[in-house]
Amino acid sequence: MREHPKSRHHTGLATHLWRAVLAVFGVAVLSACSGEQNALDPAGPYAQAPHDLILIVIGIAAVVLVFVQGLIIFSVVKFRTRKDDDGSLPKQVHGNTRLEILWTIIPAVILAVIAAPTVQLVFETMDEPDEEFMTVHVIGHRWWFEYYYPDYDIYTANEFAIPAGTPVRLEMRSGDPGRAQDQAVIHSFWVPRLAGKQDMLPNHTTYLNIEADEPGRYIGQCAEYCGLSHANMRARVEALSAADFASWVESQQAAAVLPAAGTPEGQGRELFHDLGDRKACASCHQVWEGDGQRRAAVGPDLTHLMSRQEFLGAIEDLDEATLRQWLQDPDSLKPMQYESNGIGMPNLNLTEGELDALVAYLLTLR
Amino acid sequence: MATAEKTRYSGRPSAQTGFTAWLTTTDHKKIGVMYFFTVLAFFFFGGVEAGFVRWQLSQAELSVLSPEMYNQFFTMHGITMVFLVVMPLSAAFFNYLIPLMIGSRDVAFPRLNAYSYWLYLFGGILLYSSFFLGGAPNSSWVAYPPLSTDAIANMSFYVVGLAVLGVSSLAAAVNFIVTILNMRAPGMTFMRMPVFVWMSLVTNFLLLFALPIITVALFMLGADTVLGAQFFEPATGGDPMLYQHLFWLFGHPEVYIMILPAMGIVSEILPVGSRKPLFGYAAVVFAGAAIGFIGFGVWAHHMFTTAMGPVARSAFGLVTMFIAVPTGIKIFNWVFTMWGGKLRFTTPMLFSIGFVSMFTIGGLSGVMHAIVPHNAQQHDTYFVVAHFHYVLFGGALFGLIAGIYYWFPKVTGKMMSESLGKMHFWTWLVGFNLTFGPMHMSGLLGQPRRTAVLPGELGSTVELYNLLSTVGYLILFASALVFLFNLIKSIKSGTPSGNDPWDARTLEWMTDSPTPHVNFYSIPTVTHRDEFWHRKYAEDDAGQAIKVPAGAAEEHDVATHADEHIHMPDPSYWPLVHSLGYIPVGYGMVFANPWLLGVGALWLVIGLYGWINEPVAEGDDDEPVGSETSHAGSVTS
Repeated sequence: MREHPKSRHHTGLATHLWRAVLAVFGVAVLSACSGEQNALDPAGPYAQAPHDLILIVIGIAAVVLVFVQGLIIFSVVKFRTRKDDDGSLPKQVHGNTRLEILWTIIPAVILAVIAAPTVQLVFETMDEPDEEFMTVHVIGHRWWFEYYYPDYDIYTANEFAIPAGTPVRLEMRSGDPGRAQDQAVIHSFWVPRLAGKQDMLPNHTTYLNIEADEPGRYIGQCAEYCGLSHANMRARVEALSAADFASWVESQQAAAVLPAAGTPEGQGRELFHDLGDRKACASCHQVWEGDGQRRAAVGPDLTHLMSRQEFLGAIEDLDEATLRQWLQDPDSLKPMQYESNGIGMPNLNLTEGELDALVAYLLTLR
Repeated sequence: MATAEKTRYSGRPSAQTGFTAWLTTTDHKKIGVMYFFTVLAFFFFGGVEAGFVRWQLSQAELSVLSPEMYNQFFTMHGITMVFLVVMPLSAAFFNYLIPLMIGSRDVAFPRLNAYSYWLYLFGGILLYSSFFLGGAPNSSWVAYPPLSTDAIANMSFYVVGLAVLGVSSLAAAVNFIVTILNMRAPGMTFMRMPVFVWMSLVTNFLLLFALPIITVALFMLGADTVLGAQFFEPATGGDPMLYQHLFWLFGHPEVYIMILPAMGIVSEILPVGSRKPLFGYAAVVFAGAAIGFIGFGVWAHHMFTTAMGPVARSAFGLVTMFIAVPTGIKIFNWVFTMWGGKLRFTTPMLFSIGFVSMFTIGGLSGVMHAIVPHNAQQHDTYFVVAHFHYVLFGGALFGLIAGIYYWFPKVTGKMMSESLGKMHFWTWLVGFNLTFGPMHMSGLLGQPRRTAVLPGELGSTVELYNLLSTVGYLILFASALVFLFNLIKSIKSGTPSGNDPWDARTLEWMTDSPTPHVNFYSIPTVTHRDEFWHRKYAEDDAGQAIKVPAGAAEEHDVATHADEHIHMPDPSYWPLVHSLGYIPVGYGMVFANPWLLGVGALWLVIGLYGWINEPVAEGDDDEPVGSETSHAGSVTS
């Protein structure tokens, strides 16, 4: 049975142990300066439990390491040929059966001791949470994460919200909806402070439990090499208090507000749906205006684009200037394979006027 | 005279020196040397690719190479170091040493041996030609579909290149296994074989069983990539997981294929450098064999984060933990070989001790990977990159370099410079740890592998560790230049080594250095493990060694006692001719061009026809035949 998440913080011993290990390696962790994508700084039970286990293993490994390296150094110093050596050979020892048995059995016993909690934890972290949990679908694309909340019919991209203190079971796959499925490649969802990584495949549904103890923004990224812009496929989890999460759901469920016709924003909306002989934005992106079913689109759902802090696989802050540059020349911000391989955002060769109108429209999608 | 000449197969090459001699050689020693120098060239390429990777990651958000080029470089770095450096470097040692260590005059199939070398060279050239033919493979050395079957991944070169290299290794594996099983000198029982020969035997059995698996995977991948088959295409019911299982069912034994030869080398050098026999010979041998067996049962630990359920994850986690037991046995036996000895810190000894020390670190981080729930944090991060470089660089490469310094006098009759060798060792050790040590930390702090930029959001600590790694690379590069300088200088003007510079224990040192063409003038009869040592020393019941008075026993193999009618394999054009056919076949497969395939297939058949019709050997080399074509002179050359 899983303990209550909050009771898992016994960092006192663990931290000391860890510092001792680092001292051995001669390195120092400057936690203050390191980023938030830190696997050594768990922020929820699904990251904490493996962390606690590995600290024990690191402790044992450190003892073995010091012992073996100590033996090597001792042998090198003690048994070096001295200057006054008489040239005779040392005693010719061929082996020792007792020692062989000893160093076969002791490591085997140590490993058996580690093995038991390892297996137990594999099942605990992979099984459905015992408490009530929320389900979010995560879909991997080249090169961004899409999120869908089946309970609320919400689509979002790059960053998604979860209620703090509640287990969330991610139901994951890889695939570009609306496209030939064979374009999907393997990705891996990894937000280290909340849980280890789990691959996302085109033809298998995989599951990953995450939970954040406290509200906050947790960062991660795709961890399975997925081609050109693999480095630019980041993940963001926004853990919110129960009340904040409820209002976030409400705002995301709302339909987009229509801009008035004749304004630049209204003109932008028209361009969004019709760019003449060029591919329209709407052929890949969805802005849900309240009619019909919300659906998965090829590109990120833009209904509440401006409610997000980052975009482009969460590599850039979402602001007017960057948005404009993106529409003008996508490859300058994030390498795409649209021309060569049909993947990602095309360069639509927009005129200045079209850019102004489209950006004005997109800024209204709050 | 004239009739004797007529019996020779017409058109057979006979040169023993000069360029033609290298092209047509079937001499295991020459082939070993060719492997070695080809490896040096590919090591340079792989090292330069690593340099660009380190340059790109030296600072956050730096872009020295475009992401396309970066992805090609890290992919080719992995392929090069695994398939074109570590494996063939081991093959260089197998070639040169196995016949000598078991008291034989050559391998079982000398022409097949030449064929293995040429295929290695052509496979490597085929892979590298991709840079000039539309771009190198760029979906990493594991080549997971569906990413790798995307045409833009250029993986057809990978498929064909690796298949050719696989044929090379498979032929070599059969050759070495038959050689070890059948061509040992009289009295050399299995438990008298040098540990290097034992580890070679295990390695070649691993190759024999593992290579067909990757070949199947490659042909399926190739069919998907070039012919549009659907083995791994999810849309039509194929399964990418199948590829991963096949790849790692080969890929994990491959890890031991790379490390076991180095373990064998270290097991030879540590006793000589400690002036004691190997501690626990039987335990070291059986631990090696056990690693070989268990090595086939741990493949899915490379796949802990894929769509595998908890039962499979647990099972593979457990087996993985327990492969640490035989590995630990080896490490303790090596340490206790030094214990109580009189250590001489020659360069080969330093690299061997470095091997034990660095490999231990890699082994311990390996046990950490087996902690499955936390593996999900380590997998595909720089922690894994650190781990396998500690095993394959700190392990395999340290051991192989120790072997180069140790057997250099055997090959050349000269010593490598000890002062330059020590400079190489210390800079190599510092550079290695500075490059790969910090990667443990940057991985745990969140840095994933195979990203074309170092994300700035990982923080300044990760950035600092990456900068340290890049500085470490520069030290390694400088250190490699010291090694290269030492190598060239010592080949040209090294001090003469004599026949037995290390007071060694095994048969290869019993004959002249450099090794004569016939290897042994008379094939020795073996009565002990460490036969050569026992010809020099007697051991009393208390384990005290006493030098046998000079002349009391026959220490060295001398030309004046040469066997009659020595049978040496003759040179042949056919291995080269036949293997050249793989070049049109290879490009024919890459570009799906039936004309090239047809020409290549015809070429292969012609080559094979000539090969089959050529007599295996031309009779005794010391037979009195016409002096102008005679090989008699080669017996003592």
